[in-house]
Amino acid sequence: MRVPLSWLREYVELPEEVTPRALASALISAGLEVETVDVVGADITGPVVAGRVLDIEELTGFKKPIRFCRVDVGGANGTGEPQEIVCGARNFAEGDLVVVALPGAVLPGDFAISARKTYGRVSAGMICSASELELWEDHAGIIVLPEGAADPGADAYGLLGLRDDVLDIAVTPDRGYALSIRGVAREAAAVYGVPFTDPADVAPPERNDGGYPAVVADPEICSRYVLRGVSGFDPAAPSPLWMRRRLHLAGVRSVSLAVDVTNYVMMELGQPLHAWDRSALRGPIEVRLAKPGEKLETLDHVVRELDPDDILITDDSGPINIAGVMGGLDTEIGDASTDVLIEAAHFAETHIARTSRRHQLSSESSRRFERGVDSAVQMAAATRAVALLAELGGAVVDDGVTHLDLGAPRDPIVVRADNAGRIAGVAYPVETEIARLRLVGCEVVQDGDTLSVTPPTWRPDLTDPNDLAEEVIRYEGYENIPAVRPRAEAGRGLTRGQRLRRGVGRTLADAGFSEVLNYPFMGERDLDGLQLEPGDARRSALRLANPLNDDEPLLRTTLLPGLLKALVRNVGRGFGDVALFEMGLVYRPEPGAPERAPMLGVDRGPTPEERAAVDAAIPNQPRRVGAVLAGQRERAGWWGPGRAATWADAIQAAREVAAAAGVELVVRADRHAPWHPGRCAALYVAGADGERLVGHAGELHPRVVKAYGLPERVAAVEVELDLVEAAAGAATAPEVSTYPVATQDVALLVDGTVHAADVEAALREGAGALLESVRLFDVYTGEQVGEGRKSLAYSLRLRAGDRTLTAEEATAARDAAVALAAERTGAVLRG
Amino acid sequence: MSAPNNSYDPVEVSALHPDEVERMRTEALDAIAKAAGLEELKEVRIAHAGDRSPLALANREIGALPPAAKAEAGKRVGGARRAVSEAVKARQSQLEDERDARVLVEEAVDVTLPFDRIPRGARHPLTTVAERMADIFVGMGFEVAEGPEVEAEWYNFDALNFLPDHPARTMQDTFFVAGPDGAESGLVLRTHTSPVQVRSMLDRELPVYVVVPGRTFRTDELDATHSPVFHQLEGLVVDEGITLAHLRGAIQVFVERMFGEGLRTRMRPSYFPFTEPSAEVDMECFVCRGASVGNPDAPCRTCSSEGWIEIGGCGVVNPRVLTAAGVDTERYSGWAFGLGIERTLMFAHGVKDMHDMVEGDIRFTAAFGMEM
Ligand SMILES: [Zn+2]
Repeated sequence: MRVPLSWLREYVELPEEVTPRALASALISAGLEVETVDVVGADITGPVVAGRVLDIEELTGFKKPIRFCRVDVGGANGTGEPQEIVCGARNFAEGDLVVVALPGAVLPGDFAISARKTYGRVSAGMICSASELELWEDHAGIIVLPEGAADPGADAYGLLGLRDDVLDIAVTPDRGYALSIRGVAREAAAVYGVPFTDPADVAPPERNDGGYPAVVADPEICSRYVLRGVSGFDPAAPSPLWMRRRLHLAGVRSVSLAVDVTNYVMMELGQPLHAWDRSALRGPIEVRLAKPGEKLETLDHVVRELDPDDILITDDSGPINIAGVMGGLDTEIGDASTDVLIEAAHFAETHIARTSRRHQLSSESSRRFERGVDSAVQMAAATRAVALLAELGGAVVDDGVTHLDLGAPRDPIVVRADNAGRIAGVAYPVETEIARLRLVGCEVVQDGDTLSVTPPTWRPDLTDPNDLAEEVIRYEGYENIPAVRPRAEAGRGLTRGQRLRRGVGRTLADAGFSEVLNYPFMGERDLDGLQLEPGDARRSALRLANPLNDDEPLLRTTLLPGLLKALVRNVGRGFGDVALFEMGLVYRPEPGAPERAPMLGVDRGPTPEERAAVDAAIPNQPRRVGAVLAGQRERAGWWGPGRAATWADAIQAAREVAAAAGVELVVRADRHAPWHPGRCAALYVAGADGERLVGHAGELHPRVVKAYGLPERVAAVEVELDLVEAAAGAATAPEVSTYPVATQDVALLVDGTVHAADVEAALREGAGALLESVRLFDVYTGEQVGEGRKSLAYSLRLRAGDRTLTAEEATAARDAAVALAAERTGAVLRG
Repeated sequence: MSAPNNSYDPVEVSALHPDEVERMRTEALDAIAKAAGLEELKEVRIAHAGDRSPLALANREIGALPPAAKAEAGKRVGGARRAVSEAVKARQSQLEDERDARVLVEEAVDVTLPFDRIPRGARHPLTTVAERMADIFVGMGFEVAEGPEVEAEWYNFDALNFLPDHPARTMQDTFFVAGPDGAESGLVLRTHTSPVQVRSMLDRELPVYVVVPGRTFRTDELDATHSPVFHQLEGLVVDEGITLAHLRGAIQVFVERMFGEGLRTRMRPSYFPFTEPSAEVDMECFVCRGASVGNPDAPCRTCSSEGWIEIGGCGVVNPRVLTAAGVDTERYSGWAFGLGIERTLMFAHGVKDMHDMVEGDIRFTAAFGMEM
């Protein structure tokens, strides 16, 4: 809402010394979001005055007709002699009153006016158009002032309202009343404690039955309906300068006097009005809901299919308006309309909101109805409008009045007398609470410890005790609320899972991975790129009804597409050696879940069954951690050569993640998209009910590399963190033996297809309780071990808790380990 | 070795003569001092302090002296041998030091060489700043609550007093999950962390003191200051006798701990469906503390010379929300706030463009390291 201060000051007696900025911050403190204060016309300086065109000499011989005018500017030019001005506009005649910028004036755009030679004459000034003065948007030529508007030489600043200050207020949904000069003036008066003059305080006409016939089908859709008319209106009558100027400052385009009047009254009172050409109406008006199949061509030349939820204004011809949103084309007021019918109504806000959205029609009218207009102001608004039409358009106000008053009076809200104080944490005296509520316009009756509060008709937002409290508190000042420390009980700190997540993030960052936070959107193409089979569970993704990007309508079921795209971006920016990780949710719809989450009531808490029904419809959203690597994992340098990132780094990252949770990963070979079938590990954690698959890691399949445009041999890992977290138990302290260690190294020959993990498991089991640790320290393949074979070298560390091991004991343990490895994996001790 | 002889005079045994002992001692010390290296010193030690050195041989002669002479001769020779032995030790130590110094100098390296063998990783600043914000509240006794990102409309809207026709509940603002065959699913990408308020009230025992850091979604196109995916930190308190004054207090504590002691905060009335009364919260600019206001010579980029920075919205939990979450509104009241994490990162660390936070460029992340 744009509020010109000159307009506002008409209804609130603001002290002269209140600056626009001070007013803005006072209103902000009271809850109106004043976004800007525009200083209008400050870029116009110097003599700009009224002038009378004395005579016009048409200059010929130029490309366009040019006029040389002598203009009486009174004494404003210092000499009293007529001012000689060359002018290219033609929409004025000798004797017209115009606006003249004299030499020394500066117009918007730093346009300095001076006497200069042009078209063979000396032009000493300029006859101004509305756009040159930025009065309003107009290309009709120069301004011709109405006769008697001013004497030649009179200052034009005040006459035209050249200078003003405009508050731009972002009106929150609860403050519909602030979408009017009236509402903002009332607020300003309350803030400054100065008198307010209500522009809606117009004498209503006598009630009579002579008005245009109208019925309202249902009071639920329209609680008040007022029609008033004028006859003999001059459709050619122009809108007065002041009205055009104010509308322009308020952001409304001038159309015609009849339309401008409806807009002017709407801006002033907040009540949307509609003006019909009465001669275009056919029979009585009915306000009702649309019937299936009804259509209406609206003012914007769109034929609209109406919805049974739309409120319509109809006559015998059918729909003529979509109530409160937009008028129909056929009954529109035109440049020949002499009989005008003004409608002022109070329509149900929810209907208007839905209609506006359904038809994607947001108008000044619908915005106001959606937020709630004063339910009692309709007669005043219609009366004010017809009076203006009569005064400015030469019309006669019709005697007949239509007034359907179907609204029920509001019930008072009963609150505790200390309502606002209890909410604010400030002990306001009861008198203060009452005074503030009355300032808002509420009727307040005190009854012992309670107040019975009836909000004014212009505050439909005040429905709850807390709403009333806000009114008191904001006028008492939010700045006067003390800051009292909260007094929470000692908390438990972060949960284990929350701490684990931080630990995982730090672990991966320590290991050289950079965290990214990708959007969780993806498309079919991303899944195809991962080479997922048609039935892969990751293809079963939630779809957005309104994705931002039509190529990415799905919610991610895996972190990998986002990570791979981030990898490509980094490589594209010249970072070929890159390791990224992300921790976040994936969205996994469960087969058989309800198709629609139920909508529960809000008048009580849900029952456990109701909650369960809602939760059942919400998809599984496990938290995962994923990482990708490309290029050099270790850089080359003076220390030696670098080392490319490989499948092993990805698997190790998973091991580190698990270790951060205190969980040991079991790694097994697997074939699983998008990984290289020979370089893919399935990752398991051991739990009470056996091993559980938690993720995969390895090198990506070459086809995935190609599909995503990745560097060769990118490695990737994805692990379901929730499952790792669930497997984490409380750590138990180990027995730390101080007896000496006995180390036994063994080299075992196995077939090339045998997995090291299996050999190690056999060694562990075979060595028994004396084994402290086993570590693979070398893998060898080559001629010495034969084609298709490999040698695995392990170091076994043996130690007892109660004695120094003898050589025999150590050897026996080693032999038992080797024997079991031989039995399980065919391993042969290498000589 | 000679047998003891009572008539034996040490002075007459030339090797035990004081002059001779003194000569042997001088000779030995001289040789020790002249030994240029450890090898040479070893030879000198054998020659002058070894078993066959003149002083050792002289020592053997003492046994043959008459008892009366033994003491003095022993003292003389013993003194000389001790002096020699100590000189050897001292010289040995000196020569070793010299050798070590030489070798360690030879082993010197260029310690300014880089050793960035494994590129450094980093955590995302949105993660670390969110942790820091949450930790301040954890320090006040709050716990960290969580909830799903794909959320039921009931939790995201209805229970938070968004009426069915509220403008936020349209595809203009909110991502809707499509149901089967394009039907409505009743699911949205949560537009704020506030549904976790409702979940917390339902899941936890009262009183509730929680903060909720999390990812949220709105249908804004990505530009310098907007992102369709962003993060909020929600706070919720439900307890007996809770007022706006407690809310001010909590926000004041947060601002001072996060941005600097003594910074002021202010609340401006505003509107949110789930709080009533509602307010926007500003804090005093932690860079200029208001000194830039009306002072064109010292403009402040952090607050655009306004002196205040908007940090979020807050208010008293609307009793309708408490009711929908099954809380007894006669007994309990509460407050809630929401802070933007991207916004906090932007003004607190000078991030100028939202793109930097979403693109995953390692240079951006690296600048923030592991912690804030
Ligand atoms: Zn500042």
